[in-house]
Amino acid sequence: MLAICKKEILSCMNSMVGCVFIALLLALCGVYFTAYHLNGAYPKFSYTLQGMSVVFLIAVPILTMRSLAEERRQKTDQLLLTSPVSVPRIVFGKYLALVGIFAIPMVVICFYPLILRAFGSISFRETYTGVFGFFLMGCAYLSIGLLVSSLTESTIISAVICFLVLFLTYLMDGIENFFPSTSAASFISLLVLFAILSLLIWHWTKNSLIGGICLVGSEAACAICYRVSASSFQGVIQKILDVFYISGRFSNFADGIFDIDGVVYFLLVIVICLFLTVQSIQKRRWS
Amino acid sequence: MIEVKNLTKRYGDHAAVDAISFRVEKKGVYGFLGPNGAGKSTTMNILTGYLAPTSGDVIVDGHDILEEPEAAKRSLGYLPEIPPLYTDMTVGEYLRFAAELRQIPKNQIAQSVESVMAKTDITNMKDRLIKNLSKGYRQRTGLAQALLGNPKILILDEPMVGLDPKQIVEIRQLIRGLGKEHIVILSSHILSEVQEICDTIIIISHGKLVAIDTPQNLERYMSGSEILQVTARGSKTAIERALAALPGVAGYKVTGSEEKDACDAEVTAEEGKDIREDLFYLFAEKKLPVLRMQMEKASLEKVFLELTSQPDTEKTDSSKKTRGKRVHVSLDLGEAEEDDDEPLPDDILNPGEEDGQTAEDAPETSEDSAKDVQPETSSDGKEED
Repeated sequence: MLAICKKEILSCMNSMVGCVFIALLLALCGVYFTAYHLNGAYPKFSYTLQGMSVVFLIAVPILTMRSLAEERRQKTDQLLLTSPVSVPRIVFGKYLALVGIFAIPMVVICFYPLILRAFGSISFRETYTGVFGFFLMGCAYLSIGLLVSSLTESTIISAVICFLVLFLTYLMDGIENFFPSTSAASFISLLVLFAILSLLIWHWTKNSLIGGICLVGSEAACAICYRVSASSFQGVIQKILDVFYISGRFSNFADGIFDIDGVVYFLLVIVICLFLTVQSIQKRRWS
Repeated sequence: MIEVKNLTKRYGDHAAVDAISFRVEKKGVYGFLGPNGAGKSTTMNILTGYLAPTSGDVIVDGHDILEEPEAAKRSLGYLPEIPPLYTDMTVGEYLRFAAELRQIPKNQIAQSVESVMAKTDITNMKDRLIKNLSKGYRQRTGLAQALLGNPKILILDEPMVGLDPKQIVEIRQLIRGLGKEHIVILSSHILSEVQEICDTIIIISHGKLVAIDTPQNLERYMSGSEILQVTARGSKTAIERALAALPGVAGYKVTGSEEKDACDAEVTAEEGKDIREDLFYLFAEKKLPVLRMQMEKASLEKVFLELTSQPDTEKTDSSKKTRGKRVHVSLDLGEAEEDDDEPLPDDILNPGEEDGQTAEDAPETSEDSAKDVQPETSSDGKEED
């Protein structure tokens, strides 16, 4: 596992990709820092972090696109998968390498608040809580990138899909507003959602009985809930979509609050994405 | 050491590998032989745990490849069809990485890498980037990777591809040397290569295992003895009658000839018998002038083509002793062929002479010969080549 991690970091640094990633992050951080703090004289460093969080949309796909897709294209995954290292360890080694590369600009970013300190008093606790939240958010994005990279053989497709997914999560609060929040509308959209899910289950399992049970069961449960308390359906769509609003979880950290919910949320995203990555590799071996 | 039981891999409705079973216990070089798309690479990918089989088991050194993958993979070295090389690494870096992946203890890595580089003769390429290496050197680097940690079983998928003639000779010697200490399973569709270096040949066709035997035995697999090509002037019935009267003839097939008023005959002699003179005198006596007579030995190529061209119509079921090692042979026997060997005499082949290494059982040898020698000839045109 460590061998894979070490090799991956070295190859990223050798192949420009890692350097571009680090350079992008640091360049944008420098620009925002200059604009907000040196010119604008704002004391809160989290402004910079919030401003530069958009860089993940570009930087994460660049870093993660090769990770697993390139292995598959070059057939080097045969070396990894036939070596006495289990698939979860391979995936975790890869992920650790991505986090390791991400940690390099984060270490540099940690020095910025010290510059601010020279011009006045700032709360280190609040500032570094923000930096920690930013790091966690980045790690969650990287895990998504790794998952997308495991799905395809082409680095370009991997990068584009990864960008689209991150872009969607980034804009999720705007997308939420497209949907009506009345309980009747929520009820209907839930019915449609369950129908689609049941259809997918039927497609994956190729078992019409399971699909049928899922469809009827979920729709019935939904209808009963709606009969019992229609008001609880108010804004359900928004709540569901909010689960995917990753960058929204950062706002508490940016305000200097150590948000346990947020930490758990980010860790969950990472665990789920890594798990799905392992599954997607395993599935290819079995199909 | 390595045991494969009823291995099947399906892609949709298509069976890439269809119920293959064999067991390899003894050290040596085993050759997977089959035409393109026969399932060689798929089988090897399953043996090494890269792909999972649809059904069936692979047991490597006592460990099931699916249940205890780590333990099983530790005794495997694998060179896939396309060497899995990281082109942005140097040869030395790559081999060190592969050694770490293999979980070779830290203090042995340097020595292990040195030794495999020496074996494959790439020590002077140590600091070159892999992307700048020629195909031959890449192949060797891949081979070096497979040798790391001295695994008990080496699986090499087409190891000779892309090598120049000199390198082929070197790698052949290397593989033959490796066969003394390891079980080497290599795949190829080049017959001469397999014939040269393999102790045992495993022929696969359309995902099915068709034969396991030594190259020498396989050559005798069908004909068992030499085939005599004869062209004589005379009617077909006359020639057939003459051949039937000739002692020492195991089988014959008479067809029309390009020559005017003549027929071609393919005569199979009983093993060890030279019937050329007898045939000459007999034909002279019967006033059937011999226009041409030629001895032809069944080559491995012919065996191969024969075995792989009719995937659904053959089957032999027997196990036999080859050089003292027990090799399971599970061949698929079609009804059509089975009927044919009934009229054959059992003693067509007398294996006693061959190398003195093998003892084949009678039913099998008769089946072998059935494929080439068909005493009841059907109509002329049908059998003609």
